[in-house]
Amino acid sequence: MAVSVDEAVSTGPGRDHTPPARRSGGRGRSVLEVALLAVLAVVMLFPALWMIETSIKENRDVYAIPAKFFDFTVTLEHFKDVFVASGGRSALSVSFLNSVVVAGVSTALATVLGVPAAWAYSRFSVKAKKDQLFFILSTRFMPPVVVVIPIFLMYRQVGLIDSKLGLILIYAAFNVPFTIWMMKGFVDEVPAEYEDAAMLDGYTRLQAFWRYTLPLLLPGIAATAVFALIFSWNEFVFAIFLTSSDTVRTAPPAIAGLIGGTTVDWGLVAAASVVFALPVLVFAYLVRKHLVAGVTLGAVRR
Amino acid sequence: MGTVAVQGLRKSFGKVQALDGVTLDVPDGSFFVVLGPSGAGKTTTLRAIAGLEKLDAGSVHLDGRDATGDAPAERDLAMVFQSYALYPRLTAYENIASPLRARRCSSSEIAAAVERMSSLLHIERLLQRRPAQMSGGEMQRVALARALVRRPRAFLMDEPLTNLDLKLRVEMRTELTRIHRSLGATFIYVTNDQVEALSMADRVAVLKDGKVQQVGTPAEVYERPANQWVAGFVGSPQISLLPCHAEGDRLVGAEGWTLPRPRWSTAEDGRPLVLGLRAEDLSVEQRGDASLPGELYGLEPLGDRTVVDVQVGTEILKVKARPTFTGTPGERLHVTVDLDRAHLFDAGTGLALSEAGR
Ligand SMILES: Nc1ncnc2c1ncn2[C@@H]1O[C@H](COP(=O)(O)OP(=O)(O)OP(=O)(O)O)[C@@H](O)[C@H]1O
Ligand SMILES: [Mg+2]
Repeated sequence: MAVSVDEAVSTGPGRDHTPPARRSGGRGRSVLEVALLAVLAVVMLFPALWMIETSIKENRDVYAIPAKFFDFTVTLEHFKDVFVASGGRSALSVSFLNSVVVAGVSTALATVLGVPAAWAYSRFSVKAKKDQLFFILSTRFMPPVVVVIPIFLMYRQVGLIDSKLGLILIYAAFNVPFTIWMMKGFVDEVPAEYEDAAMLDGYTRLQAFWRYTLPLLLPGIAATAVFALIFSWNEFVFAIFLTSSDTVRTAPPAIAGLIGGTTVDWGLVAAASVVFALPVLVFAYLVRKHLVAGVTLGAVRR
Repeated sequence: MGTVAVQGLRKSFGKVQALDGVTLDVPDGSFFVVLGPSGAGKTTTLRAIAGLEKLDAGSVHLDGRDATGDAPAERDLAMVFQSYALYPRLTAYENIASPLRARRCSSSEIAAAVERMSSLLHIERLLQRRPAQMSGGEMQRVALARALVRRPRAFLMDEPLTNLDLKLRVEMRTELTRIHRSLGATFIYVTNDQVEALSMADRVAVLKDGKVQQVGTPAEVYERPANQWVAGFVGSPQISLLPCHAEGDRLVGAEGWTLPRPRWSTAEDGRPLVLGLRAEDLSVEQRGDASLPGELYGLEPLGDRTVVDVQVGTEILKVKARPTFTGTPGERLHVTVDLDRAHLFDAGTGLALSEAGR
């Protein structure tokens, strides 16, 4: 049942790419285009490059004025500090572990709930289906910062404040609508007749789904889960409002917490940020075609 | 046992009334063909019998027992889908084996059954291929094999031969009739091809716009079409239809021609009628007392016969002639009519006039 990511990515909505139209200049890109793109790339990438540089500089080079771009001493001390502290594991490493648990479990939860729901919405005639789907989507319209206070109050009542379970639930709640919407598109692409045929073969509807539809959905599930994972991994607002102790906190508030004391250890901040960004980069690379498809879908299709 | 009886099936998709009170009685062991043009509701009828479609009204009885609410798996039917619906990730072998696996047959039983089916349908060399690696006709045969591999109460087949080339289709027709006879099982077979219906069926139900137009043996449907539409849909070349009315003992055409009125026809004088004449009941070669004057419009040589198009007034009659028949367009000729075999329909309702006196 192993799914290669390329396979995962190629069955999505953005499948039938037409090659980009030939540019008016004829052969390749013009000099102006290259220059503009280069400037843009430098501007966009500079903060990331600076972060990576800072993470491998010695402290005196970090604070050196004028800033050193090339001739600094390379060190991996900061990365060591991210993971180990004098007593053993560092608080940061605990928060990374929390992030892994929270993002992983909430994504699994959203997938387990969202995929069958998407299947049901795709296969069955439901009363006011469009309204229901719109309602599901509308739960995503609200920016987290708008709902975080009421949720904070509710969580305090039920004892979910400052717990990983609380974060897992809220992230899953945000990811379920997304999973339903994205997966419904994938389910729609799988002909319902495979299930019909399986039912005539003698399977129940659920067996038919499990045996014949689900395997065809795996690439879509992988892509959807990656998006949910990235959301949960990056989430900051809920994390900072709903958790406070070092043992519960996820990485985003923990890294933010490094800034703001009397002195800021920028090397550590940069190294922690690099470690934090790495999984997102890897995952974003895996679903890059879907990211582009999401942006251009409206433009390409009708 | 394998009787299927559906009663008053109704099903609409939004504004489209796909089934509008379909009632069918399929006797045990019969080869029952549902014939109709595209969009008539044939697939929807089969899906309703299989339990795949939620009905607005009506009931499905299998072997006399009400099965209207039963799940498809409980109905013990096998179906060949119009789109094949072969499982894309499985090989042909696994596709054919699927109904047996669902019933937990042993793998030696499965191997034997798949082998039997593959030699019957000549698909031995396809067994290790996936659907994507097969042609449409090959997939269709695998789909047939998947249905035939077990002994269900009845087989439902949705246009199983449409994608085969002509030669293979004719072969498979004979083959399917043979399989049907050797199994003695009930077949409900959907097609839009009237030749297939007439050549294979024990009984034919003609369906149009979700309504059953006529049920009968192929001969009945061909010889005694219940209405003008059935007469036009069944038979090739198409039946010729001429507007007319009765006047005393004569039929008078809209174009002024007259024919002796068939003895059995009971319509009162002046009522608008349509006279239906099949190509084989017309002749341009021999003269009789009942004939229509016209001129030669065109010739379609078909090898074993020639279809002569004759213009009578504004209508074109299709007349069957010997393959050696020749003529030049514009040439005047007489079409002799075998009035004993003619059909009369009410022009308003399209229904056939009572042929009780025939
Ligand atoms: N799932 C559906 N949603 C909407 N309309 C449908 C659906 N299934 C069938 N219809 C409509 O119901 C009518 C009957 O369809 P059906 O598939 O039964 O026709 P058919 O006789 O099998 O035609 P064909 O020979 O083309 O297969 C058609 O007008 C069709 O458009
Ligand atoms: Mg059909």
